[in-house]
Amino acid sequence: MGLLKSYRLRLERRRWRARAFRKRRELSELRNRTQQIGSSDVLLFCTLRNERVRLPYFLSYYRELGVDHFFFVDNGSSDGTAEYLAEQMDVSVFHTEEGYKRARFGVDWLNWLQMRYAHGHWSLTVDIDEFFVYPFCDTRPIRALTDWLDASSVKSFGTMLVDMYPKGPIDAATYREGDDPFVVSPWFDSGNYTIQKNTKYGNLWIQGGPRARAFFYDNAERAPAMNKIPLVKWNRAYAYVSSTHMLLPRGLNLVYDEWGGEKTSGCLLHAKFLDIFKEKSAEEMERKQHFANSHEYKAYNQGLSDSPDLWCQWSEKYINWRQLEILGLMSKGNWA
Amino acid sequence: MSVGFIMLVHEALDRAALVARHFCEHGKPVVIHVDKRVDEDNAKWLKQKLADCAHVVFCERHACEWGSWSIVQATQTASMVMLERFPQVRHVMLASGSCLPLRPVDELERYLSDRPRTDFIESVTTDEVDWTVGGLSQERFILRFPFSWKKHRRLFDAYVRIQRALKYERNIPDGLTPHLGSQWWCLTRQTLSAILQDPRRAEFDVYFSRVWIPDESYFQTLARLYSSQIESRSLTLSKFDFQGKPHVFYDDHLQLLRRSDCFMARKIWPQAEGLFRAFLTPSERLQNVVEPNPLKIDRLFGRATERRTRGRSGLYMQGRYPNEGWENGKTAGRYSIFEGFDDLFENFDSWLERRTGNRVHRHLFAADRVQFAGNVPVYNGGLSDSAALRDYNPASFITNLTWNTRGEHQCFMFGPHDTQDIGEFLASDGNAHISVITGAWAIPLFHSNSNFADLRKEAARLQRIEAAHLNLLRTGMTKARVSIWSLAEFIEDPMEKLQMILDELGGSGQRRLTEVPKMADLTGFGQFLQNLKNQGMSPHLMGDFPVIEGETRNDGSQRPYLVK
Repeated sequence: MGLLKSYRLRLERRRWRARAFRKRRELSELRNRTQQIGSSDVLLFCTLRNERVRLPYFLSYYRELGVDHFFFVDNGSSDGTAEYLAEQMDVSVFHTEEGYKRARFGVDWLNWLQMRYAHGHWSLTVDIDEFFVYPFCDTRPIRALTDWLDASSVKSFGTMLVDMYPKGPIDAATYREGDDPFVVSPWFDSGNYTIQKNTKYGNLWIQGGPRARAFFYDNAERAPAMNKIPLVKWNRAYAYVSSTHMLLPRGLNLVYDEWGGEKTSGCLLHAKFLDIFKEKSAEEMERKQHFANSHEYKAYNQGLSDSPDLWCQWSEKYINWRQLEILGLMSKGNWA
Repeated sequence: MSVGFIMLVHEALDRAALVARHFCEHGKPVVIHVDKRVDEDNAKWLKQKLADCAHVVFCERHACEWGSWSIVQATQTASMVMLERFPQVRHVMLASGSCLPLRPVDELERYLSDRPRTDFIESVTTDEVDWTVGGLSQERFILRFPFSWKKHRRLFDAYVRIQRALKYERNIPDGLTPHLGSQWWCLTRQTLSAILQDPRRAEFDVYFSRVWIPDESYFQTLARLYSSQIESRSLTLSKFDFQGKPHVFYDDHLQLLRRSDCFMARKIWPQAEGLFRAFLTPSERLQNVVEPNPLKIDRLFGRATERRTRGRSGLYMQGRYPNEGWENGKTAGRYSIFEGFDDLFENFDSWLERRTGNRVHRHLFAADRVQFAGNVPVYNGGLSDSAALRDYNPASFITNLTWNTRGEHQCFMFGPHDTQDIGEFLASDGNAHISVITGAWAIPLFHSNSNFADLRKEAARLQRIEAAHLNLLRTGMTKARVSIWSLAEFIEDPMEKLQMILDELGGSGQRRLTEVPKMADLTGFGQFLQNLKNQGMSPHLMGDFPVIEGETRNDGSQRPYLVK
């Protein structure tokens, strides 16, 4: 990489950080419990809006994995999300009514919180419907992973988003508070993902899965990105560029091996396609606060009203991480 | 007769305390060296925690940096304390704070008392090791290393390069043959005291203090001078990965560790509650003195290294995206591409499927949609038949297809009507077997009922496309196995060629070709080509067809003869 390019990226990173710093004014503290954070705690960051029903399972899932402290940015919920979160003893809640889109889909807000609170911590940035799965996650807590990454001098951990869907119409996958969403929505596509390298940031750009198959079959380029780097040993100089797809400095995006080997990597199981999704996508259409002029949601809305069954004969039913490993959707690498 | 333990401790003090107490409760003496970099409060805490253990002694502290002489110093200091304070000790075992005894201490005791004069220390000459990191094996004994490998890697590397360039070499003290091995040993009092009380010790210490990673060579080299019986292996199970960093054991390794019959293992993840509980509680096991057998663990870690360094061929995912040329196979398995065959033979695909049992697709790269076998809209792994999705990233399409069907042999048709972008990938993939009958695309034109002017245009277009494709296949870069026949060549002896293809596919074993696909009627084809020529187009990919029928061996009969 040339000096000039490297300098440009440095400027860009500085710009994102300055932006995050500016955007800090949009956040007000609802409940700040950050003084509880211990020096080696694993932190989780999430932006959300009206997701009250998903919260209990989300929190219990990540507590079980060993996340020590949660940061939420509540973007103007009206369903009691903020109040529920404020009661949780391991949660710090921040509130804003400002535009999600203008905060680059929450990235600015989270960049600020991470700059302020995550320096020197392992930081997991996920959406409310993303569930982190890594090798041995059924027997080893997340600290085992982060300790191992530390010992290996690895600072970021790559994953792929795996869209999970029900068999039959999405409306029929009833989600009730506290449920494991993958009981009603356990299916996924195992082998239809495309990969390109982003030469500017060095990250991989992965697309595909049931959304590409069902909603973007005539417009593949617009299919949503599935590559995510949610787990990072944070430094205040870092910044996410676009969602958790890529970040700066560029080296953090090199979560893949280029010489034939496999680096240890995981998945984010995406509990998107549940009955609560349809309402959500109608609402998001209205608010126009999502990616690419809500193009994605437009496609869903159309798709959902036409043929809402994502299931096909080749769908795989989720069992555990070992299954994902065998299918090549994640890798143990040299972690044994 | 007894065994004593030296523990070098620098982190997870609570776990070290558990293990030290365990040894102590079994009446074994323990000397603990706490790294000077551990802060005073924590060190004090550890002392208090073990205050009631009579046989636990703390020795003078050194600040230990990885790969430096200070670790040897710490070991020397602790060893001397052990030898002085506990005269009944016969074997001294070196352990770290993240070691865990896997077998009852009494079993170790018995094992050692059966071998009272044996030193267990892995000690091999530099020529015989292949596990050294950074390629420094012999060189760690003859170069100087003033810079920290962990903190100043560039200076470290640069200084090594300079010395290599200048051919600088230190002198190895007389009488020493450098040996390397695991840091974790178990030596007899005789050997250990001989090393520590050697009249030349000062000289050796000065020398080794400038060797790189002396904790892997100091005792390993000197033991060779004094030991009467060296077992060159460590009693401590300690595995290193390809970066030279120790593998860590977790709760889910419990059964594996149990069955290994090793006496001691490191490193244990400090929070592996289950392992500490399982191995530090008194067991009901019978006293047995079986040999350690870490084979299964070796295999597990060997596979992990393989996965990390070579990966799974044909897999592309968020953790594996090899640079061009580093794929270890661009695709997950062999596959075959047939070009022109379905133009020459009717129902070639169904015939091939019957004959070989392989999965035979029609034109996977057809312009309008992917023609999967069975004409299904979605195929293995959720591959869509959408041409747009396929053409967005054709290489991903083919790597996905072969990955999703690994273990099966895929066959598909290809031709100048199809989207051509995949051509380069196919040519560069060693797993691809491409068989081409050039010019066969003219047969459907010949049979079609279009106006001749349109036919001519179309023929020119298809010929241009196929010629470009053939050029691609004929470049020196091609890794695919390619067989090319012109149409004229092929129909000279079609049966032999089909038999050859079947033999290569291997599906039908050695059976003779009994059923053949029906060949298209070529009566008048020569005249058709001549007409194209007459109209100013030059059809050259078909080979030579005589204009007048009956001069070829294949005089238009619809069934070619069988090869006996």
